[in-house]
Amino acid sequence: MPVIDLANPTRFLNVVNRVLPWLIAATLILFVIGLYRVMNAPDDYQQGATVKIMFLHVPAAWLGMFGWGLMSIAALGTLVWRHPLADVAGKAAAPIGAAFTFICLVTGSLWGRPTWGTYWVWDARLTSMLVLLLLYLGVLALYWTAEDPSRGARAAAVLSLVGAVNLPIIKFSVDWWNTLHQPASVFRMGGSSIDPALLTPLLIMALAFTLLFLTLHLAVMRNEILRRRVRSMRLLQAQKLAEASA
Amino acid sequence: MNLGPHADFIIAAYAVTIFVIAALIAWVVLDYSAQQRILDGLEERGITRRSQRKS
Repeated sequence: MPVIDLANPTRFLNVVNRVLPWLIAATLILFVIGLYRVMNAPDDYQQGATVKIMFLHVPAAWLGMFGWGLMSIAALGTLVWRHPLADVAGKAAAPIGAAFTFICLVTGSLWGRPTWGTYWVWDARLTSMLVLLLLYLGVLALYWTAEDPSRGARAAAVLSLVGAVNLPIIKFSVDWWNTLHQPASVFRMGGSSIDPALLTPLLIMALAFTLLFLTLHLAVMRNEILRRRVRSMRLLQAQKLAEASA
Repeated sequence: MNLGPHADFIIAAYAVTIFVIAALIAWVVLDYSAQQRILDGLEERGITRRSQRKS
């Protein structure tokens, strides 16, 4: 099937229904492997067992940013090509990205207390991540409160593109400013500074969380397509009733 | 597995993550069954989308 066929919502739903069971199975398998590796990973020589929080915090941070990147690409599809599936993809990514950003902030705070001695500091990395969560909540408010869904979608798409400015700020905040948060340690020039005994389970967990994100994203997109069908059918029903009573 | 003196923080981090993801999954599953139920109800009442009608 050509990729362009997926732009048709009915064909897209057929593909999602076929792909979802496989994605769910792959996600579960990766989580089992990842959690087994996490349980058997050694403690950090400085942080001790609290390093186990890293296996949640780092993938959640990546996916919080990934979600917004996805929404920005979808926003282009909404604003430039006005494709309904692009809007569906953007709307579906928002609650999932918000959830992962929330997990990142909470687990980071719980990791910070024993490591830094504080739950929160207003440093550039933490603050820019909090701004990302607030942006997610803003987009969700636009989607959920707009009377006219298409106007809400356009406003959310504009906010998604404007908010994309925050992504490089989050990424490079630890280089541009003096922060309590550590600098990049996985993806950096000269290779990762994390020992393979900790890096391997981290990457497996990151892959498992990414598959979970994609699985949820497709499932939420399916729900959104069904919701739009319900809306159009209810409008038809109202039209029929109005014609019958006229 | 010994989680050391900061076990509470580690357990809390995993508990919050599991709770948020479980809530997300529950919302997706319940929303799917709700939309399907409404769609089935509308179709039973003879309301069909334009693309479903025979020309």
